[in-house]
Formats: sequence, structure tokens, C-alpha cells
Amino acid sequence: MLKDLFHKKRQYATIAGQTAEERMAAPVKVPAAAPKDNIPQGLVNKCQSCGALLISKELQKHVYTCPQCGHHFPVDARTRIDITLDSDSFFEYDAGLTSVDPLSFPGYPEKLRKAQEQTGLLEGAVTGEGTLDGHPVVIGVMDSRFIMGSMGSAMGEKLTRAMERAAQKRYPLLLFTASGGARMQEGILSLMQMAKTSAALQRLDEKGVLFVSVITHPTTGGVSASFASLGDIILAEPGALFGFAGRRVIEQTIRQKLPDDFQTAEFNLKHGMVDRVVDRKQMRETLAAILRIHAVGGWAHAE
Amino acid sequence: MPNELEFERPILELRQKVDELRTLMETTGIDLTAEVAKLEDRLAELTRNVYQGLSAWQRVQLARQPGRPTTLDYIRGILTDFIELHGDRNFRDDPAIVGGIGLLEGRPVTVIGTQKGRDTKENIHRNFGMAHPEGYRKALRLMKQAEKFHRPVVLFIDTAGAYPGMGGEERGQSEAIARNLREMAGLRTPTVCFVTGEGGSGGALGLGVTDRVYVLEYAWYSVIAPESAAAILWRDATQASRAAETMRITAPDLMELGIADEIIPEPMGGAQKDPAEMIARVKRKAVEALESLSALPIAELLQARYDKYRAMGSFAER
Repeated sequence: MLKDLFHKKRQYATIAGQTAEERMAAPVKVPAAAPKDNIPQGLVNKCQSCGALLISKELQKHVYTCPQCGHHFPVDARTRIDITLDSDSFFEYDAGLTSVDPLSFPGYPEKLRKAQEQTGLLEGAVTGEGTLDGHPVVIGVMDSRFIMGSMGSAMGEKLTRAMERAAQKRYPLLLFTASGGARMQEGILSLMQMAKTSAALQRLDEKGVLFVSVITHPTTGGVSASFASLGDIILAEPGALFGFAGRRVIEQTIRQKLPDDFQTAEFNLKHGMVDRVVDRKQMRETLAAILRIHAVGGWAHAE
Repeated sequence: MPNELEFERPILELRQKVDELRTLMETTGIDLTAEVAKLEDRLAELTRNVYQGLSAWQRVQLARQPGRPTTLDYIRGILTDFIELHGDRNFRDDPAIVGGIGLLEGRPVTVIGTQKGRDTKENIHRNFGMAHPEGYRKALRLMKQAEKFHRPVVLFIDTAGAYPGMGGEERGQSEAIARNLREMAGLRTPTVCFVTGEGGSGGALGLGVTDRVYVLEYAWYSVIAPESAAAILWRDATQASRAAETMRITAPDLMELGIADEIIPEPMGGAQKDPAEMIARVKRKAVEALESLSALPIAELLQARYDKYRAMGSFAER
């Protein structure tokens, strides 16, 4: 069978890239998970779009989309990994990476602590490797609850390491973006994370490794103007906001009201900025198909 | 003098006094040489003190002074045979970014930069130096052309940011900047940039991933303009001076944070006081940088560029 051929080539997820010693040196201690805000919880949830009351089991069955109107509820990074990768295949990278306060920015340490308590994460992205329909991948997922998913140095470092491992292992890279942009509290250092991640993607690109960027709500500013826009294939969830400047800034600049669908996934599809708008219920299947197509390798030319 | 800033007023007043005394000396014939000399010493000292003790916000104001050399002034001042090239071959020519080719001390280079206007009319034409996606795409086209012909690239950055407008979003402002970041990281020719005034966020970085980053003494470079930061932090754009201090955006800050390679000193009082001298200093630095960068094999150059950006940031590991 053709499928068996791929199995032979496949190298399963290993824990290379981090030696046992390194892991011992950096024991991962994550604060206990606290209630997740604006993310479905409890027995009954109300759809923010159509107001339907939904039982959590039903919502889960529909991968956190409204069965009535199709609204996509925000999901946290861990849930995203659960609904994307094969069960129990995920191995996390760099869970101990965390932000510092390089500019001594007023209120930043407290903001960080609060975000960590609220999310149970040390930083606003979870990275690692696992399999999707049997295909090994490196995955990175941003968590919009963590200071609006903003990118500071720790986030930039975490994503860059994931990109470098994808290049080293030649595993396809999947990034689910959700971010308000660069993290203001780290000033110019956060701006430079755009350069750092894009440089790592340049190397991944040069190696011919697949990078699929999945835009989830919202992806704007410095994240949209760096890795989110650099996928070989860019998918977006329905209704996800994806753009450079904020709506309010644009409206103030041009003194004009913007259309309702401005910067939505569908708007971006129409303007050629994303390849496909993919419903969350079809996301795993779509990614699996893309991975299948790329796993075969290109056509060989005569020597 | 037009365009004096508030903090420059004491200097202006003292200078007027010196001038008055001189006129008095000429018209009356009374010998006031000693008094004039004394006042001139005081003027020199005052001037030094004012410009050495500038706050971050005063630097921002200086960086925005009209009369500072613009990108085209630098380009025309440092190159011979400059030929401007236009257009992104896709949508249109963006007047907010200029570029072209010429000779730097007899050797070919490509030059690119954001372009502000000299007056209101030109500023409207140049969109105040705020580029659209086609501007970044024109820049990339010229950089790829430079790579093909083994020409180093010299870039000039002076922009409040990429333009936040409807057309820019429709045509992929994000994608245009992102692509430049990636392609500049891998461009197989030496690249240097000068932040000559304002370094406004992603719109500046979109031309700023280079082997060397030089920042003029009073230039600023930030993830967000001080006014916008103040609006977000304290819901009050008038707190911009406080934001400017907090955000660490001045040339010395950029050195300390490992973003700038070197500060290019400005003439006393800023580049606008002596444009010719400023342009000469920039030229010397460009020549020196390209000579040392071109001595490296391309593979080493690219590795050093990667390592430089790879090391940026500050984080902890638990």
C-alpha cells in the first residue's frame, strides 16, 4: 500500500533537541490551572453570536463551535492541541521559558503573574511536537488569554526554537496564531522578535520544510506582520480577525467607518491574503490532507 | 529662527543677546570684546548642557524637526550617478519609499529609504513617509536586484510607521512587511541601515533587518509611537513624554538593549543645524561598514546576521 511507504520514512516523535540533562536542569513547574475566562466552561455556555444555550458536551462534540450559527468559540492552547493532534502524541518543548521585565515597565510583572495564574501557562504560546493523522509535526499554539497573546522575548524565543527544531528534524511546522501583536511592555525587544522569528523561517524555507500558518481570532500587528503571514499555506478560521493595524486606528486615520467584514478571514480570502477559510470541524482533516500531500515528497527528476 | 523647540529657547535668547551686544559695539564703537567673549563662552556651555541633557521626549521632538536631511538628501549627498528606480511591478509606485542605484566612492550600491516631504505639499505626496505594501514590495524588488548584481544595500529609515489605511490592509500590509523581514534575513549581500529620525515600529523594521544598524544621536526607534503608547497605557496621548521615557526608545537605550550597533553623533543641536556635516558623517560610516562587511564570505555574513537577531530579547528559563 502507498500508505505503508510513508510509514517507513516517518521518524516518530523523539525527544531530541533537549537532552535529559537539560530537562533536569530546567524542571518545569507550571502554576495550577485557574478558571479560563471567555473560554467555554461549566455545564452550559451561551453563544456570544446567536445567544443559543449550549450544553458543554454538545459544544465539545462540535469542537467548540456553535451548532446553531457556526460561531467559533475561542479555545486555549492546550485544547487546540487536543483537538488537532493524535491523542497522547504531544511532547512539549521549552515549557519553562518565561518572560522577564527588561525595561522595568510599570505594572508588567503583575500583569505577567496574573496571566500565568489565569492560564496555567508560563508564557502565551505552547510549542512541541506530535503526530497529526500519523504525520510527525512541530506545532506552536498561541493563547489569546495570555496578555492578548502578545509576543515578547520569551514567546519569540519559544517559537524560534520550535522553528529551528522543525528545520533540524524536517518536520512540517504548524502554527496557530492568536495575538494582539508585539508586547508593548518589552518595547523594542518585542519588535525584534518579529525579525528573529522571520529569520528562523527564512532558514526553514531554505531547507524546503513545509510551514502551515493557521490564523485564529484575533491575529494582528507584529504577529500578523511576521510569521503569521509567512506560511507556505495560510488557513484561517471563519470570522477570525487578521490584519496589520487595529480597526480603531484606521478609522481615526482615514476618518471613515470601515465595513463590518473588514479584516475578517473571509475579507482576507477575497483579497488573496489567505489560502482557505476552514471551519474548525474540518481543520484536522484539512491539515491531514495537506500533510499527506507533502509527505510523498516532490517528483524526482532524472539524474 | 523658525522651528525652535521649547527647550531651545534659552539658547536662542542668549544668542540674541550676543548679537545685540555685537551690533552695539559696531554702531557705538565702544569696545565690548571681553563681554562678548564671556557671553559666547556661556552660550557654548549652555548649548552643550541643553543638548547633552535631553529627555527622551525632547529627543523625539528633535527627531521630528523639519529641516533634518531626508532620505533623498542623504542619497544625493553620498552617491554619485544616483538613478532613482520606481514601482513594485505589481500595483503602483509608492512615493513614501524611494530607492535606486548609484556609486558610493566609485563602487555600486543600492539605496532605499522612507521619504518624508520638505513641505506640506510634498508631505501629502509622500504620505508623510508612511508606506503602503507596494512601498515595501518595491524595496524588496530593489534588494533582490542588488543581490543579483552583488551590490550592497544601504537603507535609510525615518517613518512614523507603515500607513494604517484601508487599501494597505486590502493589499496585505502585514504580508509585505513580513516578507521583507524574512527575505532581508537571507539576502546574500551586505546590508546596513541608518535610523535617521523616527523608527516607527513594523514600518521601520520592514526596511531594518540588516548586518549593521546605525542610529543617529537624536533618532528614536520603538515598537509603538510614544503618543500611541500613552493612549493605550494611560488613555491619554498627552502623556507621550512619560511614555517616551518608559519605552526606552532613544539611541543610548538602543545601544544598551543590543539593537543598535553604533550611534552616529549629530552636529551640535541636531542634524538640521548642519545637514552637510551630518550627511558626511553618514557617508563615512556607510563606506567603512561596507568595506568591513564585504571582506566576509557570504556564508559568514549570513550566519553573523542570523546570530545577531537570534540573540535579541531577554527571557528566563525555569
